[in-house]
Amino acid sequence: METTPAVPHKEATVRFSISGLNFYYGAKQAVFDLNLKIPANRVTALIGPSGCGKSTFLRTLNRMNDTIRHSRAQGEILLDGQDILSMDVVKLRRRVGMVFQRPNPFPKSIYDNVAYGLRINGYKGRLDDLVEHSLRRAALWEEVKDYLQKSAFALSGGQQQRLCIARALAVDPEVLLLDEPCSALDPVTTAKIEELMFHLKDSCTMAIVTHNMQQAARASDFTAFMLDGKLIEHSETSKLFTTPKDPRTEAYITGRFG
Amino acid sequence: MSRIHLIWRKSLNAVMLTLTGVCAFAIVSILFLILGYLIYNGGKSLNWDFFTKLPKPVGETGGGMANAILGSLKLLLLAALMGLPVGLMAGVYLAEFGGKTFSFVIRYTTDLLNGVPSIVIGIFAYSLAVLPVKHFSTVAGGFALGIMVIPITVRATEEFLHAVPGNLREGAMALGASKWRTIATVVLPAASGGILTGMLLSLARVAGETAPLLFTAFSNRFWSPGWNQPIASLPVMIYTYAIAPYDDWHRQAWAAGLVLLGLVLLANLGCRAVLHRRGFSRSV
Repeated sequence: METTPAVPHKEATVRFSISGLNFYYGAKQAVFDLNLKIPANRVTALIGPSGCGKSTFLRTLNRMNDTIRHSRAQGEILLDGQDILSMDVVKLRRRVGMVFQRPNPFPKSIYDNVAYGLRINGYKGRLDDLVEHSLRRAALWEEVKDYLQKSAFALSGGQQQRLCIARALAVDPEVLLLDEPCSALDPVTTAKIEELMFHLKDSCTMAIVTHNMQQAARASDFTAFMLDGKLIEHSETSKLFTTPKDPRTEAYITGRFG
Repeated sequence: MSRIHLIWRKSLNAVMLTLTGVCAFAIVSILFLILGYLIYNGGKSLNWDFFTKLPKPVGETGGGMANAILGSLKLLLLAALMGLPVGLMAGVYLAEFGGKTFSFVIRYTTDLLNGVPSIVIGIFAYSLAVLPVKHFSTVAGGFALGIMVIPITVRATEEFLHAVPGNLREGAMALGASKWRTIATVVLPAASGGILTGMLLSLARVAGETAPLLFTAFSNRFWSPGWNQPIASLPVMIYTYAIAPYDDWHRQAWAAGLVLLGLVLLANLGCRAVLHRRGFSRSV
């Protein structure tokens, strides 16, 4: 799959600008002084061994960690120049969608799953069109168009995950966060999701946490390597995987640990 | 030594197995003995009049308990209206919002309330809903039963909400749903099957309560003229008829017992059928 950005040499606009981010679970610090810029309409991959804080970091970008007691984030996270830590959390999450590790469709019909975000946001237009559009964007429409009123649980794991992507896309977020979206899926389905991520770049900025370095190499434009809560290296994916600057990055991507 | 030890170990094993098995069997047989005896005696005594006629005056045979059947249904409706919303809300609070200490207090109090003897609940309802107005009423009976419905509903709600996977909550919140919205539109529907079953169980339990009704709803040999008037109910009728010296009353008490059991069973099956047709709640 082609992963070069559409305009390779022009600097992309920055969607997320993170500076001096520290994150704590109670007394335990999980993210240390992290600085990162996430460019718009690109895929940024976060890699690193288990427990390195990459998921925690991803979840601070739409403040999913707010629900965890005694957790707190310090520093500055700017979304299009606005500080998200002081923003209304509901507004933030409508702009920054998320897809989780395990597919988590609601116990509702396929249609109602996709329409959920629109309904709670008080969308007044024609739901049918947007549901179809979202399912098409998630490359699921052809498979489910005749079964829209069926329970989402009737779908396979891969279809459920694409349904969750369609559900997130329905509210037209600027950013889509993907937390190991393919870890529970087979290679064929994984390829489908990587392909749809490629097409989504036109309209959406994506950040993906992955354990799978091939996936990071295939599907992302930029890669950030984290270790023990610190950002070790961040550059264009092709550079990071071919000529890593830090010896720890090299050790990780060549499979010497993690 | 080891041989003796082996025999000892094996025989102890056999004895314990038999003992536990016999106890398990005894429980099941008690239940089936009660059921069988009730169906035998009640079935013999049941006739169409029982469902359609009012009780006859003392000394005359025949008649039925139409007023008590409707009375029980009305009392249960009131209990459901008063008790279930409170229990549901408190359960949601415990499962989704409650802090540690306060939740512990509520949980503990709920369990205590569940253990309060039903006659005491009756006295409580009597002093609150009967004494001030100086007469027995349907509402007072529904109030007493409503209190008894709360603890089971609270615990069932809490337990089934805890069983809803956390990633469903995250999924809804990541779409910009507020906490309350998430609970109302995703979490509660996902747990609705279990919660409804719990509610139904609590109603089934209080459907057979006699003590709290004795001095709240009292009883009535006729159709109850209004919600603020005494009303007949199946359990109180069973109580009255079973201790009366007339054979025909004993017959009707058996019939009433069977009808009460039938109603509870019917409600249970009906609820299951509805949930089954809706389909979704099973899979979570």
